Amino acid sequence: MGDRQASRARMRARARRVVMFALALLLVCAGWELYKMVGPEAGGKIFGAQLLPKSENRAMPHVWDMVQRFGRPEQRGSSRTVGQAVAEGAWYTFRLASVGLLLGVLVGMGLAILMARFRVVERGLLPWLIVSQTVPLIALAPLVVSWGGRLHIGGFTWQRWMSVSVIAAFLAFFPIAIGALRGLTSPPAAAVELLASYAAPWSATLFKLRLPAAVPYLMPALRLAANAAVIGTIVAEISTGLKGGIGRLVLEYMREATGDPAKVFTAVVGASVLGLVMAGLVGLLDNYVSRNRRREATI
Amino acid sequence: MSDFAVDVAGVSMVFNNGRPNQVRAIDDVSLTVRSGEFVSLIGPSGCGKSTMLRLIANLIEPTSGSITVNGKPAAQARLDGDYGMAFQQAGLFEWRSVARNVELPLELKSWDRAKRRERALEMLRLVKLDEFADHYPWELSGGMQQRVAIARALSFSPGLLLMDEPFGALDEMTREHMQTELIRICAETGCSVVFVTHSIPEAVYLSDRVIVMSPRPGRIAAIVEVDLGKRSEDTREATDFFNKVTEVREALRGFEHTDRVISVDDR
Repeated sequence: MGDRQASRARMRARARRVVMFALALLLVCAGWELYKMVGPEAGGKIFGAQLLPKSENRAMPHVWDMVQRFGRPEQRGSSRTVGQAVAEGAWYTFRLASVGLLLGVLVGMGLAILMARFRVVERGLLPWLIVSQTVPLIALAPLVVSWGGRLHIGGFTWQRWMSVSVIAAFLAFFPIAIGALRGLTSPPAAAVELLASYAAPWSATLFKLRLPAAVPYLMPALRLAANAAVIGTIVAEISTGLKGGIGRLVLEYMREATGDPAKVFTAVVGASVLGLVMAGLVGLLDNYVSRNRRREATI
Repeated sequence: MSDFAVDVAGVSMVFNNGRPNQVRAIDDVSLTVRSGEFVSLIGPSGCGKSTMLRLIANLIEPTSGSITVNGKPAAQARLDGDYGMAFQQAGLFEWRSVARNVELPLELKSWDRAKRRERALEMLRLVKLDEFADHYPWELSGGMQQRVAIARALSFSPGLLLMDEPFGALDEMTREHMQTELIRICAETGCSVVFVTHSIPEAVYLSDRVIVMSPRPGRIAAIVEVDLGKRSEDTREATDFFNKVTEVREALRGFEHTDRVISVDDR
């Protein structure tokens, strides 16, 4: 009885979320078209500053033009449609971002566990982690590529896509490290003493207590990291000049922006969808991992 | 082998020794708990009774003196799993089902899965919660959670139970019910218990002996022997019971009084 009611409530909540998402999307499109109607063709100044964007078709193509552009060939005479090109690019970028995210999670967790184990490491390392995030990606990209290029271990040679994943990992590890550190140190003293009373070694407190207790902290961190991995991958694709991904498409289509303005927006939409898919996957993981945990009542 | 479950000899505990914020929490305390005996430590906040319990549990090392549990040094007793512990907060792991919470110490002692489950169910029957084995802690009331914590502490048959105000966060009705349950469980398992509380009736109702401690530094002010025979709900209204409650209360007042006299003299 209660179960059926609960599952019906969950279904309703899910349906409502889908409807809300569609509404929000519609609202964005409507806002775009509305501005095109009322906004100045050549842009405009507010208090002398160029603030209002141009609403002419070259700067802001119609929503339906963009949608149509997906279905038409990429170049005149090419067999591939823009939609296919964007989907392939997004899939490629998704794989690079996933490798980056995985790497970021491993490094972030490793650092967090070290910091949770040894206070000295935390004090020494934490400031450097924060500094690491202030390094501009654009400056980092050529460095990683050139370091990677010098790497030859046995039959292994560094591939350019690896540099991109490493750069994505460089952005993704940070929220994981910070979130995991907070989570790993979250158990109350009484819980730690309980395990001490069983003469449990540190590894047991890690696996039986600290890691499970860190889950509620890790999930939001993972959402941030997934986002960072996607953005990092796209920016790194552009700045290392790697072909095949959505970042490259943005760059290529941008060159044609004057003649074919709708085209570049298809790549931008592709990148956004990629970000949403990544966030959705993390959401699914969150649902699975937290299935037996108490939830705050959601009304 | 000694027949003492716990033997504390001349123990002192100084926190932050040698530093400006040095605190003498326990001063030269000696006490013994016989096998199968129920002993309560009572005293006002800050008298070092929780510290005493954590010393027996070897969660902290004494500054001086020696502590023997089951005839061996406290550190060895901890490694051997000679005692189980329960705190004021039940401290169940919310990501584990009730049964898996009870299994936790057995997991750490590498019992195999089937044996763990069997023992957990047996322990949950003992605390009358076997129906709730597959529920999660947040689905249980405070009193039920505390019973799970007791089942967890007893799961590996430790023979000695160390309890730090385990019923302190419960309402009066639940509390009396839990006291009755604890006495039954101790009778069934033959456990010795060291029980920290600040409730005088609770200490008298449960204990064979009540150790009254005085604060700053923690010392034993008095030891009250309680011989009320087999406990029942009638015990709570018996004249002997009230007499013992009064005796403990006066022991607690005794040092409060001298405390005041000393501070007046100091001035």
